[in-house]
Amino acid sequence: MEKSTAKKFHIDKTFKTNLITYSIVIAAFIIVQILISAGQVSSLMKGLLVPLCIYSIMAISLNLTVGILGELSLGHAGFMCMGAFASSIFSISMMDSIPSAGVRFFFAILVGAAAAAAAGIVVGIPVLRLRGDYLAIVTLAFGEIIKNVVNVLYLGKDSNGFHFSMKNAMALKMEKSGTIILNGAQGITGTPKNSTFAIGVILTLITLFIVLNLINSRSGRAIMSVRDNRIAAESIGINITKYKLMAFTISASLAGVAGVLYSHNLSSLTATQKNFGYNQSIMILVFVVLGGIGNIRGSMIAAVILTLLPELLRGLNAYRMLIYAIILIVMMIFNWSPKLIDFRKRYFHLNRAKKERV
Amino acid sequence: MKKSMKKLLSLGLAIAMAASLTACGSGKASEGTTAAGTETKGETQTTAAGGAATGEGTIKIGGIGPISGSTAIYGQAVKNGAELAVNEINANGGINGAKIEFNFQDDENDTEKSVNAYNTLKDWGMQLLVGTVTSAPCIAVGAESSNDNMFQLTPSGSAVDCTKFENQFRVCFSDPNQGAASAQYIGENKLATKVAVIYDSSDVYSSGIHDKFISEAANQGIEIASDEAFTADNNTNFSVQLQKAQDSGAELVFLPIYYSQAALILAQAKQMGYAPAFFGCDGLDGLLTVENFDTKLAENVMLLTPFAADAKDDLTQKFVTSFKEKYNETPNQFAADAYDAVYAVKAAAEKAGVTADMDASAICDKLKTAMTEISINGLTGENMKWSADGEPDKAPKAVKIVNGVYTAM
Repeated sequence: MEKSTAKKFHIDKTFKTNLITYSIVIAAFIIVQILISAGQVSSLMKGLLVPLCIYSIMAISLNLTVGILGELSLGHAGFMCMGAFASSIFSISMMDSIPSAGVRFFFAILVGAAAAAAAGIVVGIPVLRLRGDYLAIVTLAFGEIIKNVVNVLYLGKDSNGFHFSMKNAMALKMEKSGTIILNGAQGITGTPKNSTFAIGVILTLITLFIVLNLINSRSGRAIMSVRDNRIAAESIGINITKYKLMAFTISASLAGVAGVLYSHNLSSLTATQKNFGYNQSIMILVFVVLGGIGNIRGSMIAAVILTLLPELLRGLNAYRMLIYAIILIVMMIFNWSPKLIDFRKRYFHLNRAKKERV
Repeated sequence: MKKSMKKLLSLGLAIAMAASLTACGSGKASEGTTAAGTETKGETQTTAAGGAATGEGTIKIGGIGPISGSTAIYGQAVKNGAELAVNEINANGGINGAKIEFNFQDDENDTEKSVNAYNTLKDWGMQLLVGTVTSAPCIAVGAESSNDNMFQLTPSGSAVDCTKFENQFRVCFSDPNQGAASAQYIGENKLATKVAVIYDSSDVYSSGIHDKFISEAANQGIEIASDEAFTADNNTNFSVQLQKAQDSGAELVFLPIYYSQAALILAQAKQMGYAPAFFGCDGLDGLLTVENFDTKLAENVMLLTPFAADAKDDLTQKFVTSFKEKYNETPNQFAADAYDAVYAVKAAAEKAGVTADMDASAICDKLKTAMTEISINGLTGENMKWSADGEPDKAPKAVKIVNGVYTAM
């Protein structure tokens, strides 16, 4: 620790802020581990640890599209859905072939990320030709399409191999001994519970690492130049389509990783409006907007707070959602109102000024 | 100054938009909350009754279901039905002298929220669980409850996997059982030989019944003349499905769906001048209470349902009267299932000699065996028994709507 503080005087500012972001995650992990071993964590909090990681990853990955690429995407939950279902199918069908849960889960994460990235490319090629509101609307549509397509897929496995249908479970024509893995709207049941808080934190760190490094790389600067001035970027020879697609695909595949964590945390997986639909996409966008567009650390913190909030408000029973909405509005005003920004600036500057004087 | 005002205004608009979007998120939440206004009173009463009895020990029963969102009516019904039963039991001396404390948590019909609700209840000190209301959350919670060895009795989780583990039992019929029972009933009573099916492929309940019905129909000599699906995103116009059913010459249309869509189907069939026999499952219960629905359209509709609010037996009448008195609405089968679930828990707990000071795991071990030994006369069936795999053993009742009331067939 001392070594790093000594070094900090020489390293540049972005590296310093990035280091703070990583340390926040690591510190949170260590504190939670200490509290768990001391027996101070309620079952509710223990159950929420993995979802917190999931939504942090979602918020970080969406911030890449919204904040860095500068395109409004309203279909992010669709990619999460893609990752969740692909990895669940993989885990269940490989249950016998790969007995080790750790190895299987590792491959499941790769499968989920790859599936979501593929969906990202397929969606991205036509969608990224559009701009602004049009792009937002089309991503919204694609998110819904992914969810609805998953709801009509049937997949079974018996001694003859895999059977696939888009009609109903009977159309699979399986042997009696066969098992249905994906049963249309009834979804997937029996995904092994492999997600743990430690894995969640590691994946959050990897996500942070990928996104923060991308931002500070040559490609990242190209992506941001596309955001800031498309024509200027094009005129200096930046391949706009390439960089747009790159950011969008990375963002999608990270959402897929969040989906893998999601599906391996619950034993039943169905694609509903609530978890992979439009509502979820908006919710994640709220994390990003509240945390600050382009501010990776902020969106992560916003995701944690907004995921915890409705659960902590459970004591209020039916008024829970009402209070939640009000708090959300107040937080938005506090964060974005120009007057309050002025106020905060003055306050913090005062602090800083004082410190300097001392 | 002017510029900052403009900024402020646009911010205000953005916030309003975000707020309206989150409002969309909870969908019919406002409906749920207004309904909740009347129900909160009931809850405080329950807790008060529980609180007063703390000295003698209380058994803490948890409940989970959607009381906000688009499926709030089911959760609300279960909550009310269970509360009514809890209040009755507490008034009559409780379980072996121990009062019941009941805590119902919202899950918004979401698997993740459901597990959160379950963990909240565990922190509260829940000893056994009556829930969850809907299928997918029930499966997710089941994995947790079996891990903790927590006794779980779902009133209305009808998917097969809702009773996958040995700590899980259910009150309602499973979806495949309903599908098979419907096919058998149509076949045995020779109601029709050519049958058309219209179902909701995006709904777990509907497609569960549909799949089993189709496979059982073959054994019953029923020909499936047309088999048409709709989805939750497209559930207002059924003319295509009805036209196909009519063209195929089906004598009977099987509707394994919920009543709100069935009401539309009946009205649209009437407009087309298509008048086959209609047959449904317990989801059709509630058809006669649809607002602005001409109940004449429902004449001669047949349905398999475990519960009919118009039934003449004492138990049902007593339940319906006290339910109406308290919540100002007619109970549906979800409320009845929940009411039976609480009484089943009581019967099993008395049989097993469960006391308030036992922990959840010990209660679960005792109740697992006791559930298979009891037999109760409930609202949703007489002499209900349970097998070790968690399925109830009760006879489905077929009713026909005649002159706007359910009549036994």
